Amino acid sequence: MAENQRILVCAGTGCASSGALPIIDILKEEIKRQGLEETVKVVGTGCQGFCEKGPTLVIEPQHILYTRVTKEDVQEIISQELIKGERVERLLLIDQTTQKPVSLMSDINFFSKQHRIVLHNCGVIDPQKITDYTERDGYKGIQKALKEMSPEEVMEEVKKSGLRGRGGAGFPTGLKWGFCRQTPSDKKYIICNADEGDPGAFMDRSVLEGDPHSVIEGMLIGAYAIGADEGYVYCRAEYPLAIKHLEIAIKQAEEAGYLGDNILGSGFSFRLNVFAGAGAFVCGEETALMASIEGKRGMPRVRPPFPAVSGLWGKPTNINNVETWSNIPHILRNGAEWYTQFGTEKSKGTKIFALTGKVNNTGLVEVPMGTTLREIIFDIGDGIQGGKKFKAVQIGGPSGGCLPEDMLDLAVDYDTLTQAGAMVGSGGLVIMDETTCMVDIARYFLNFSKKESCGKCTPCREGTTRMYEILDRITKGEGKEEDLDTLENLAYTIKETSLCGLGQFAPSPILATLKYFRHEYEAHIHDHKCPAHNCTALLSYTIDTEKCKMCSLCAKNCPTNCISGDKKTNTPYVIDEDKCIKCGTCMEKCKFGAISRA
Amino acid sequence: MEWLTLTIDGREVSVPKGTTVLDACRMNNIPIPTLCHAPELTSAGACRLCVVQIEGMRNLPPSCVTQAAQGMKVETQNPKVRQARKTILELLVANHPLDCMTCQKMGDCSLAEYAYDYGVTGEIYQGEKRCLPIDDSNPFILRDPNKCILCGKCIKACTEIQGKSILDFSFRGFDTQVGPAFNLPYKESDCDFCGSCVSVCPVGALTEKQMVGKGRPWEVSKVQTTCPFCGVGCNFDLNVKDGKVIGVTSNPEAPVNGKALCVKGRFGMDMIYSDNRVTTPLIRKNGELVPADWDEALDLVASKLGEIKKTYGPNSIAALSSAHCTNEENYLMQKFMRAVIGTNNIDHCART
Repeated sequence: MAENQRILVCAGTGCASSGALPIIDILKEEIKRQGLEETVKVVGTGCQGFCEKGPTLVIEPQHILYTRVTKEDVQEIISQELIKGERVERLLLIDQTTQKPVSLMSDINFFSKQHRIVLHNCGVIDPQKITDYTERDGYKGIQKALKEMSPEEVMEEVKKSGLRGRGGAGFPTGLKWGFCRQTPSDKKYIICNADEGDPGAFMDRSVLEGDPHSVIEGMLIGAYAIGADEGYVYCRAEYPLAIKHLEIAIKQAEEAGYLGDNILGSGFSFRLNVFAGAGAFVCGEETALMASIEGKRGMPRVRPPFPAVSGLWGKPTNINNVETWSNIPHILRNGAEWYTQFGTEKSKGTKIFALTGKVNNTGLVEVPMGTTLREIIFDIGDGIQGGKKFKAVQIGGPSGGCLPEDMLDLAVDYDTLTQAGAMVGSGGLVIMDETTCMVDIARYFLNFSKKESCGKCTPCREGTTRMYEILDRITKGEGKEEDLDTLENLAYTIKETSLCGLGQFAPSPILATLKYFRHEYEAHIHDHKCPAHNCTALLSYTIDTEKCKMCSLCAKNCPTNCISGDKKTNTPYVIDEDKCIKCGTCMEKCKFGAISRA
Repeated sequence: MEWLTLTIDGREVSVPKGTTVLDACRMNNIPIPTLCHAPELTSAGACRLCVVQIEGMRNLPPSCVTQAAQGMKVETQNPKVRQARKTILELLVANHPLDCMTCQKMGDCSLAEYAYDYGVTGEIYQGEKRCLPIDDSNPFILRDPNKCILCGKCIKACTEIQGKSILDFSFRGFDTQVGPAFNLPYKESDCDFCGSCVSVCPVGALTEKQMVGKGRPWEVSKVQTTCPFCGVGCNFDLNVKDGKVIGVTSNPEAPVNGKALCVKGRFGMDMIYSDNRVTTPLIRKNGELVPADWDEALDLVASKLGEIKKTYGPNSIAALSSAHCTNEENYLMQKFMRAVIGTNNIDHCART
């Protein structure tokens, strides 16, 4: 039995909802009961990233990964792994290529091919303990800034690092800070945008849950460089664990003298508040976010004036998102030069992606900018579920676009993706296989955008609903010849005339799918067929009387009793199209392959 | 003053620094359609109808919130700009009742004017349409949220001019509405019925209830006058049809008040034709008020006042003047009391 072991149990929102919390309690109890508490420590960590296989736990120092652990497995893990030092094979990850179990994280592509800077503490430390953070060089960045550097030097360092805003648009962070610093004012604010709302993206939540002090330290450094003495973290209320951990971290940082007046004897003071959002996607837009903090309706306003000139309560304000702030301590600690070794010429550092959809390994992955989509999806993500064929990847959530297979070798960075008609956005990667209908996907994202439109400007308010209606019609086989022209014209007008980013990028899923998958739209409209066999209104099921053995299994399982036939009277089995709800049960149940779908 | 030179539709124009592109265009008689813009209100940049193309700028910026800059090249009528405006109008009309024939705003409706200009029918984007209850709860303002184009001017007028903030947006996206808190009817809100919201509404969503059905804009002549209700001196337009006042509308050129009015000025015109209106002096004879002519009435007042003054002294008389009178009349009243009667017993209903 190894000395000084640690069991890191993922207690992020994903694993917690699949039952991680009782595992931690039982582990602690059992270890105490068996008298192992001197040598084995149980740590509830933030997100370890491998959400698909959760709850996950890691045995340190060997870095052995156990997946899909249940509380019933605790006994076996203790007796087998901790006492005998042998693996519990059934809880190990199965490599999809070799079909063999793998135990060490270094042998698992999902981990070994990542490069974790922002996530370096996530899943490793107890986020509720400031000492866990400081033991891993936490708060050394702000110490260095306050003791050795002037605010100008800090800003220069961030500029030199080439860090660009991780919230989506990729604006150079150092430059943004500079605008706010230059505006004379008796009061300045900095804000952390934690209103993460893209469907499928959860990296900001994970960082706040798993490493809240890194965000606080990043903001401290930013406030020092900009000359702000107060900050807000605007976190969506749907992230209660992130808010809880952040509040604990703020209290601890205050007690340790990292927040408050005269920090570390430097004369620099900074206070940090947490503000819970009220559930609007548009509040991720910076002017809407500030309106929300001010107690107004969360609606974007026209810029200029930019927040750097007139922001929160009319004061110069700098806003960056969680991931951006969390990069800062690393840049200060290790230097800009170190940071620039990662990434491409114009996009430095790493980016966290939330890998979801029809991919084997869903979860959070952090890779250097410039990594290809193929590496992310097929190496780290381990390919498509069920051996199906890859069709497209949606990047950047409802504001991004779908890219097809021939773009898989695209190096992921801000400029390349924008050129291809997608965007880095918040970093959501939704993987789609051959059974996904691209018209239906566009419809899905438009449904999201139309529901989240704030209603202020005409093109977004009215236009997103109309685009959705047209797409809905097409997926129901009611598309008209002129629909594609109408859709395209509307999409371009909304893109070019909307007030904020939500409206300007709402048509992106349509424009990208029209660009790369136009034939699917045409098949729906002209042939009344959905090539992916996804749109139920366009499906038809037929029974091949040659193959049918008249076993009646289809008829028995049909939920609407729309299949009739009789073996005794030799009446062939047929499907009543009018009654059929296209559920596909008959086809699944047929043992003779007699039922086909078209 | 610093001046800037920019090119609009190939024409060089000079405007003072700080001018918006919209104002630069309007100063030079270049028409730009707007729905959410009003000079007296802060610009929201919300309707997006005033978009133009500006060299070097991303997308189509709204001219109402874009500052003119030296050397700027602006195009206001090219096909791209006109197509974008047309699409925006199509979207608005598609979600707007087409009952123009009976709409009180017909003839004065900005949406109808631009739809005509841009050849918009509202047929392209047919789909879901709002179907909301009409607020008919009060005697002054008729609010039809189905006609609202959500330009937000009423909200700004209520907040920025009247300082009441009764109105705001509620709900999101396609379901967005404007109204008092909790979507209460006007009557149940803290609304003063100043009608500033009505005066800025570009469509038929907010109309003067008492004028509904009384006349079309082209049948009405507007007579500028000073409000008789108090001494502030607000100006407005009496809307006169066939020699009869049918209502009051704001006159944007009014020197004292602009478009702002109070409930009395805007909606108190019913007293003109009221049966209870006193049109001749009345003298009480044998306990009953009997109509009299002015000479008789004035003689009576003069003799009675003289008698009282003689018997009891000037300080036994006091006068209370009215905000209904003009400044000049109020001045004369106090002069009369001080110089003719010889007392300082003069007061005024609006003195606080």
